[in-house]
Amino acid sequence: MSISTLAQVADAHVDHDEHEHEELPFIRKYIFSEDHKTIAKQFLISGLIWAVLGGGMSVIFRLQLGFPGANLEWLKPILGTWIQNGKIDPEFYLALVTMHGTIMVFFVLTAGLSGTFSNFLIPLQIGARDMASGFLNMLSYWFFFVSSMLMFVSLFIETGPAAGGWVIYPPLSALPQAIKGSGLGMTLWLCSMAIFIVSSLLGSINYITTVINLRTKGMAFTRLPLTIWAFFITAVIGVLSFPVLFSAALLLIFDRSFGTSFYLSEIYIGGEALHNVGGSPLLFQHLFWFLGHPEVYIVLLPALGITSEIIATNSRKPIFGYRAMIGSILGIAFLSFIVWAHHMFVTGMNPFLGSVFMFLTLIIAVPSAVKAFNYIATMWRGNIVFTPAMLFSIGLVSLFISGGLTGIILGNSALDIQLHDTYYVVAHFHLVMGSASFFGFMAGVYHWFPKMFGKMLDERLGYIHFWLTFAGVYLVFFPMHYIGIAGFPRRYYSFTSYDAFSTFSDLNAFISIAAIVTFAGQFIFGFNFFYSMFKGRRATENPWSSNTLEWTTPVNPGHGNWVGAVPEVHRWPYDYSKPGAADDFIPQNVPLAATPESNLPHEEEEAKRLLAAV
Amino acid sequence: MNTIIIVGSSLLILGILFLLFRVQSLMSILTGSTKKRVDGSNSINAILFPIFFISGLVAVYFYSGYASEFFLPKPASEHGVVTDKLFWFITWVIIVAFVLTNSMLFYFPYKYQYRADRKAHFYPDNHKLELIWTVIPAIVLTSLVFFGWRAWTDITSPAPKDAVVLEITGKQFNWIVRYPGKDGKLGSYNFKLIDATNEVGMDFSDKSSFDDFLPREIHIPKGKPVLFKIRARDVLHSVFLPHFRQKMDAVPGMPTSFWFTPIYTTDEMKGITNNPSFKYELACTEVCGKGHFGMKFLLVVDEPEDFDKWYEQQEAFLKKNPEYLTNVPSELKELALGSSNNSQNKLSSF
Repeated sequence: MSISTLAQVADAHVDHDEHEHEELPFIRKYIFSEDHKTIAKQFLISGLIWAVLGGGMSVIFRLQLGFPGANLEWLKPILGTWIQNGKIDPEFYLALVTMHGTIMVFFVLTAGLSGTFSNFLIPLQIGARDMASGFLNMLSYWFFFVSSMLMFVSLFIETGPAAGGWVIYPPLSALPQAIKGSGLGMTLWLCSMAIFIVSSLLGSINYITTVINLRTKGMAFTRLPLTIWAFFITAVIGVLSFPVLFSAALLLIFDRSFGTSFYLSEIYIGGEALHNVGGSPLLFQHLFWFLGHPEVYIVLLPALGITSEIIATNSRKPIFGYRAMIGSILGIAFLSFIVWAHHMFVTGMNPFLGSVFMFLTLIIAVPSAVKAFNYIATMWRGNIVFTPAMLFSIGLVSLFISGGLTGIILGNSALDIQLHDTYYVVAHFHLVMGSASFFGFMAGVYHWFPKMFGKMLDERLGYIHFWLTFAGVYLVFFPMHYIGIAGFPRRYYSFTSYDAFSTFSDLNAFISIAAIVTFAGQFIFGFNFFYSMFKGRRATENPWSSNTLEWTTPVNPGHGNWVGAVPEVHRWPYDYSKPGAADDFIPQNVPLAATPESNLPHEEEEAKRLLAAV
Repeated sequence: MNTIIIVGSSLLILGILFLLFRVQSLMSILTGSTKKRVDGSNSINAILFPIFFISGLVAVYFYSGYASEFFLPKPASEHGVVTDKLFWFITWVIIVAFVLTNSMLFYFPYKYQYRADRKAHFYPDNHKLELIWTVIPAIVLTSLVFFGWRAWTDITSPAPKDAVVLEITGKQFNWIVRYPGKDGKLGSYNFKLIDATNEVGMDFSDKSSFDDFLPREIHIPKGKPVLFKIRARDVLHSVFLPHFRQKMDAVPGMPTSFWFTPIYTTDEMKGITNNPSFKYELACTEVCGKGHFGMKFLLVVDEPEDFDKWYEQQEAFLKKNPEYLTNVPSELKELALGSSNNSQNKLSSF
């Protein structure tokens, strides 16, 4: 039987045993694979490699910020002519900042996080043999790979990678004479991003189709684990917003290469007046942030979904307010599309729009607050097991609260005047979006590693990794609030020429040291990850005593996921510590009729009704 | 040689760490802790959460005390006093929310750590509770928005008619400031007229530009509204005046503006900040290229009478650069000579 027919899964409940022996050639099995689990691992490994690169870049520019006088000649073997007289070139500094942002937001937290776990968990948790289209899924990864390669190549060209900030505002990004990075580097950035968007859309369409069509018998939407709700809604957001970034990038390509004036007007640069008139740089900003803000939730919602699952499992309690959690995901998703202009309060946009977007922005804090309260309520009177995944999930909730609260200040347009583009903003989004999502990513890896590789990660290394990282990100990003309140602008190569920004040099050095130690600490995880993959303890089928369907598969699920029929679903995924039940968990595939001792009254009725129907 | 020692010792350390790791993982298999749901490390992790939180709070408390002198610089504009009050008010609100939620978040792991003899409380929802914690944040946020909205509409309202006007243009990598001169009207401009000397593209066929002058630093009078008309001629820049709580992007092709009323002169600020060399600074806050971090411009707040004196002493661009007289239409030449030379008129005429 061919792969494509397998992937159709029209006959999801037919026995596939006889095909399990068929070995695919290496290239189909590990490289151009159509199996969602392999594709997930490809996204995972790519995401981790990019995380090392993106994190490494931040270490280099933190050296500049923390120790502005230091001699960095020793970096010359890596950075070559970007080091001049022992100093980082200021343009290269901007390139580093730009690449750090681009890589972290798109390649690590969008592709790495959502790509890995949407692919891995959607079929496994909804009870499907694979994605709706294995082929599109494979294309999604390989488009991402090509996009990655273009971005990677741009690091090595003579004029350097794009350097106008990850938001690539024109005219800076449109004019090669304005900054070196707007030459070939920017062209590669735009091409890479266009291909990335294709990859993201292929993935998202697949996720949506799979969740809607391929749920196993009994898996109603009201029985979906919150992970799947999060991935599903994330995919919807992606489908609606990424095309807008594509159009923004396309118009920018036109402006750069074909002489149009979408974003350019009345420019005099390099000793000449350009011909462009009538364009508006603000148009780009609107288009960019129409993706850019939902993008925040594209990286955050999967992390929150993962956290919901892990906190419930390890508190041995149902997630508190399952329906409220779904409601808040939907609310956040809807609102994420109508708050984008809070990034633009002081761009010259009509101040009336500023008032409107301030109201809308602060509304989005309500569903976010509900999520935070529900996590805390889930842990209340639980029986908490601290797996490394649970530690990272608790860490996520803390970072989500700390970073989210400062959003209340920044969303207030009157206060944003002073704080816009200062380190206060840097602190805010690194906590709420960067670190929180990264913690969700790590939580997911620790939790599902046994199902991915059939081995256990070493838990003690996991504990060390967590505490180091948790303390580390707070030590890096919390002090940035102080620097931001003092007014320090972001994307500054140095602050020495200003009296107003002459303080806090000791704090900046402290942040840099904390950043370097935290970055180094991630290699503990790197070691644990690769070592355990081969030499770790063997995993059991359901090591965390969890309810969801993926834990009913074999230790190393093969192609098609389940040996024999796909299990049917009879209950929601959060029957933990149910009164009357012998064990403290009841997997989703256990029928109500099998658990009369723990059924709630309405479940007992349903069980009887089902029995009568048979 | 040094390199060899560094590499060698790092390898040795890594080797020792690896051995330690092997020993502990073999030990945990021997003691059978891998077979149990939790081992001793569960209670260690549990207690670390409250310890982490309390030590974090203590550190923040003490460091904030020490660092508070560097917080928001002293506000030097009328609206800055308002927004600072609002900032600290909301900051206290979020500090309360932070401490409340995080206390629970870090206490529950300790309190409800796993015990084999206990079962978690099956508690899937409570509509009343959920309603409460949806409605309370909604009310708090609405009131915060309301205060912010009032401040915002005041700040962004049109500038008073009697405001002192000046134009600031951002370019890579400095600022050019232009005052309207005695007639109180900025002359028109065109980006195609820009050259090395006429950096903002002043149009000398407009008679309002004859007396415009371009000083080396900004002077504004205390206690009077000042309107900044903001332009950029190449890429985006952003005018940031930290002491005046004012920031606005400079956009090529789309003039922007802000206005505010300064309340302390530079000399008064020297006393207030205890810094005899205090200067108001203007910084760029929209990334604009290599020299982004060096786009500093100085601003002086004078007593109104000093400002008038300074204003009168400034020489018009046309007087400093008489070669641009050739761009003036012939019928206006005489007027141009007159208005760019004449410094008798009082500023108060506008």
